[in-house]
Amino acid sequence: MAEPILTVEHLIKAYGETPVLDDISFAVKPGEVIVVVGPSGCGKSTLLRCLNGLEPTQSGRVRLGNETVAYGGKNLTQLRQRIGMVFQSYELFPHLTVLDNILLAPTKVQKRPKDEVQKEAEALLDRVGLLAKKNSYPRELSGGQKQRVAIVRALCMHPEILLFDEVTAALDPEMVREVLDVMLDLAKQGRTMIIVTHEMQFARAIANRVIFLDGGKIVEEAAPADFFDHPKTERAQRFLRTFTFDAVK
Amino acid sequence: MLDLGLDVLFKGKNLARLLGGLGVALKISATSVLISLPLGILLGVLMTFRSPIIKAILRLYLEFIRIMPQMVLLFLVYFGTTRAFGWNLSGETASVIVFVLWGTAEMSDLVRGALIAIPKHQYESAEALGMSRAQAYWYIIIPQTVRRLIPLSINLITRMIKTTSLVLMIGVVEVIKVAQQIIEANRTASPNAAFGIYLTVFVLYFFACWPISLLASYLEKKWK
Repeated sequence: MAEPILTVEHLIKAYGETPVLDDISFAVKPGEVIVVVGPSGCGKSTLLRCLNGLEPTQSGRVRLGNETVAYGGKNLTQLRQRIGMVFQSYELFPHLTVLDNILLAPTKVQKRPKDEVQKEAEALLDRVGLLAKKNSYPRELSGGQKQRVAIVRALCMHPEILLFDEVTAALDPEMVREVLDVMLDLAKQGRTMIIVTHEMQFARAIANRVIFLDGGKIVEEAAPADFFDHPKTERAQRFLRTFTFDAVK
Repeated sequence: MLDLGLDVLFKGKNLARLLGGLGVALKISATSVLISLPLGILLGVLMTFRSPIIKAILRLYLEFIRIMPQMVLLFLVYFGTTRAFGWNLSGETASVIVFVLWGTAEMSDLVRGALIAIPKHQYESAEALGMSRAQAYWYIIIPQTVRRLIPLSINLITRMIKTTSLVLMIGVVEVIKVAQQIIEANRTASPNAAFGIYLTVFVLYFFACWPISLLASYLEKKWK
């Protein structure tokens, strides 16, 4: 069996007295797609942010391969290059064109030759249908287009694992699809991903494993079919019911 | 023909004197700008620090300078402090002191505004791409801050140039004071000179500030 890429061991985090993550442990194997679901404020986003050291934690450990990822820890900038992250609000750099947004970190941080990265960036932009926009500025793009650029920007760093933090939550419904399709395509390519999302149909389609988080704890962890059709815990059943409606007529 | 009193302009050295007056005004504003821009940047960065004491002191300074009309500041420095502390200030030096105090305060607020306007997520997405703090500042934060700041600080420069019209009140012979002198001297010979001379002053101010203001709006459009 393959060694896990990322291991989370007894992660605990609190804001003052309020626990946000309470003893979280799980491991991600190469090629696995893990979807984290749960009610708002359950700690999903915080969990992702801890995975690349954007948040301090009280105890426990996040390991990438054999190295420890920690807020303010050593080698953090090197480790982060191996973890791609895409945010809800895309956060492209507004003063740079699409192509420069993508090229900045590979050329300045990883010091790779520009023409090589550019070739790769253009191929990836083409794949997400945005090659024609390579010289546009972020303000000229729609939300869905910006998010696809943000995904390409993360991919160009050659990360071993990709983290998606509610990447469609800020999008208009008709733009959600174009972003989810890109992610499905990545899953088909065998990319390792951890996805936080509220799109349950999508979660079911893409996940190898679903982690249900509530109150900072992993309440249930199961294959998608099991989780969505036969949730074991009462809490998960209640959560999933909020996505269905009974007919009123 | 309508007598605009423009003939006075070409009597003797009148035009050259007016230009000299404009030179004094521009010298005061240029000196003040050169001193207050770096000071303002420094204070503006300090204002984004967490220390409540630094914040409170700078806030107090900013509010004090803002609330006080510039004329009162000029009187306070030129007439007030020279008497109270017994030092000797020329009108021009007093003007530069006041304009630096004022320009620094305004500039620091612009810098503070530009810095806090950069969303926290910009820092985070730079970090998530593996950039160091220094790289994030150099490639992401500073370019965005500068783009916001340059048009605003250029506008501040034109405001400073215009406000130098107050320094005649403390005896500095700048362009308006020269205009008054010329009009006074020609009161009987050409009583309409006020129109022609002040019109000239208007045109001079216009050509001093217009290019600067054009540059500001050009940069604003370019970087929007």
